Amino acid sequence: MALGANTVATNTMTNDPILKVEHLSMRFGGLMAINDLSFEAQRGEITALIGPNGAGKTTVFNCVTGFYKPTMGMITMRQKAGKEFLLERMADFEITRDAKVARTFQNIRLFSGLTVLENLLVAQHNMLMKASGYTILGLLGLPAYKHASAESIEIAKHWLEKAHLIERADDPAGDLPYGAQRRLEIARAMCTGPEFLCLDEPAAGLNPRESLALNELLRSIRKDSGTSILLIEHDMSVVMEISDHVVVLEYGQKISDGTPDHVKNDPKVIAAYLGVEDDEVEEVIEEIEVIAESEGTEGGSH
Amino acid sequence: MSNISNTHERAGGNLTAQALREGFFAGLVSLGLFVLFVGLETTQNIRNELVLNQRWGLLAIFVIVAAVGRFLSVAYLRPWLAARKAAAAAKPAEGEESFFKRNFSKIAIVALIFYPPIMVMLFGVQGSLKWVDNFGIQILIYVMLAWGLNIVVGLAGLLDLGYVAFYAVGAYSYALLSQQFGFSFWILLPLAGILAAFWGMILGFPVLRLKGDYLAIVTLAFGEIIRLVLINWTEVTRGTFGVSGIPKASVFGIWSFDVSAPNNFAKAFDLPMSSAYYKIFLFYLILALALLTAYVTIRLRRMPIGRAWEALREDEIACRSLGINTVTTKLTAFSIGAMFGGFAGSFFAVRQGFVSPESFVFLESAIILAIVVLGGMGSLVGIAVAAAVMVGGTELLREMTFLKQIFGPDFTPELYRMLIFGLAMVTVMVWKPRGFVGSREPTAFLRERKAVSGNFTKEGHG
Repeated sequence: MALGANTVATNTMTNDPILKVEHLSMRFGGLMAINDLSFEAQRGEITALIGPNGAGKTTVFNCVTGFYKPTMGMITMRQKAGKEFLLERMADFEITRDAKVARTFQNIRLFSGLTVLENLLVAQHNMLMKASGYTILGLLGLPAYKHASAESIEIAKHWLEKAHLIERADDPAGDLPYGAQRRLEIARAMCTGPEFLCLDEPAAGLNPRESLALNELLRSIRKDSGTSILLIEHDMSVVMEISDHVVVLEYGQKISDGTPDHVKNDPKVIAAYLGVEDDEVEEVIEEIEVIAESEGTEGGSH
Repeated sequence: MSNISNTHERAGGNLTAQALREGFFAGLVSLGLFVLFVGLETTQNIRNELVLNQRWGLLAIFVIVAAVGRFLSVAYLRPWLAARKAAAAAKPAEGEESFFKRNFSKIAIVALIFYPPIMVMLFGVQGSLKWVDNFGIQILIYVMLAWGLNIVVGLAGLLDLGYVAFYAVGAYSYALLSQQFGFSFWILLPLAGILAAFWGMILGFPVLRLKGDYLAIVTLAFGEIIRLVLINWTEVTRGTFGVSGIPKASVFGIWSFDVSAPNNFAKAFDLPMSSAYYKIFLFYLILALALLTAYVTIRLRRMPIGRAWEALREDEIACRSLGINTVTTKLTAFSIGAMFGGFAGSFFAVRQGFVSPESFVFLESAIILAIVVLGGMGSLVGIAVAAAVMVGGTELLREMTFLKQIFGPDFTPELYRMLIFGLAMVTVMVWKPRGFVGSREPTAFLRERKAVSGNFTKEGHG
């Protein structure tokens, strides 16, 4: 936790946002799913997007990854090399291919009839497509494709080992247990070589042990490949444990933004989660102060 | 184990009694059902009077068939099936398949290569004509068409009910271009493929956004549009009269099969004149074309584009999230599938020497699709077997002249073709819902190549 707080401090000082969301609004007919939302995700950090059900988290995700076209607003992705992409203007597959933003889905979307290895090879489609001369050279059996093909299997192997799936590499993806499918989906997203990874509820439906394995995987992704992560999560243990920065949404608006500790104690957040009337917020704040004190003493004994 | 066999023996006596009882009741039920339908027949006589014919003999046959059938099924068939199931369950770890099963495709190719000479040896040069042309070439055309459609339906999961349109485009490209410009078969074969692929793209563009039933309906309409254009654009296609006198193919221009040509094949080798040589040549030609289709399909499956097709069948949204351009992926599937349809079409034109819109009706699309589904979507071997069974089986009906002795001289077995086709389809689908080969061969593996069970693969939805 202390380490996480440190990186936040240094990064906020340098202020190098990988993703900048400005005045984002999304309207479905009469429903304002997101209303003038602005936030930033720093490079090399894990940013969590939390909020009660129906707050618009997944809608933000779909806007960032191009599955929805936002009604208003600007989403800027800045790559390490300094190249900037306006995501709201790009098609969904271009966002993954060119801007290097990968995503997973709330309800797992694996290619269940393909093997685990094949799932990871499909993710390297664009790289292999170029190497095979858009199929034509590869069809003739030129060596360039063979090298690229062997390399893609190495990359797949690397991620299979990280996700602890190497034993199941030749099994159909639909045959894996739920937790393994979640890890495979993340591994598959990483095989596209992203700079920014968006995870939609990666811990949903996982048991505590699988949840722990997931935390480990996400940390190692950030540490080893330098990929920044944006995640939606309901499981607070995951959010508080691994994220460096938390953005809280309610009814499509941002109600809090900061370090996990800051957000945890934000009365607005607590009100949103516990469902308190606006005029009762004062009381809640007092309660929190009491809780914070008792937690402080507990923390000391740890 | 001994316990089980004991119970089996004790059950033996009971079983026969039970079978007799059930057989008796089945007979009784059928008697009740058929006594009025079959036993009595009303006909008009010459004075327009209604007369009642009694057909007790026929009724007895119906009842006996039902009773004996039920008895045999209960007493022998069911225990045998149960024993077989138990035996299969007892030794599931039998991983080694027989030599024949493992090398099925190689053996099949070798057998096909030696098929024409063997037929010539067995039936003589003229006698082999029927076996090489009606069976060999006919089946191989459907194998090739089904393999081409397999790319669209089996791999990419795009339900195409108008595939015969590309077959028509290929056939008419060859028929018209060879007559107008006098190009040879070997120039027009690739050209027909390219033109069909082009039409595949033209179909692909408007249907990109459609899925499932909607896609199927539009492709069906596309197939009909092509056929109606062929019928009505009489200045070019000569409408329902069709295009006749299409030139024959030659062996790469070296030997011709035209009787008057100086480099006639039979003359060059001092053989007696016969049309069988041309048919044998065509057999090898379509075999080569079909094998080319299979080879390209196998290669493409191991390439990124082939994997993208299969991924598209499994989940289109996930494909897009991985940076795959689904538009080009769908269009390539449509156009490559159509290209093989075009090749097959130009072959069809060269074989028949005559094309008319009647050859490209919806029923053809339905048969090709049925072969793909029966064979097991995506499986080349399964599809080839399905084509042989469905096309060869219905062709075989023509040979069943002995049936005339049973059902009388008016009986023409060919007329029951579609009935048997339908029955066979229902039977196969009940027995093997995923087709003959329901499992899927993975395109890459780390340790061992394990077939993916049909329970996991999807049929595609768009």
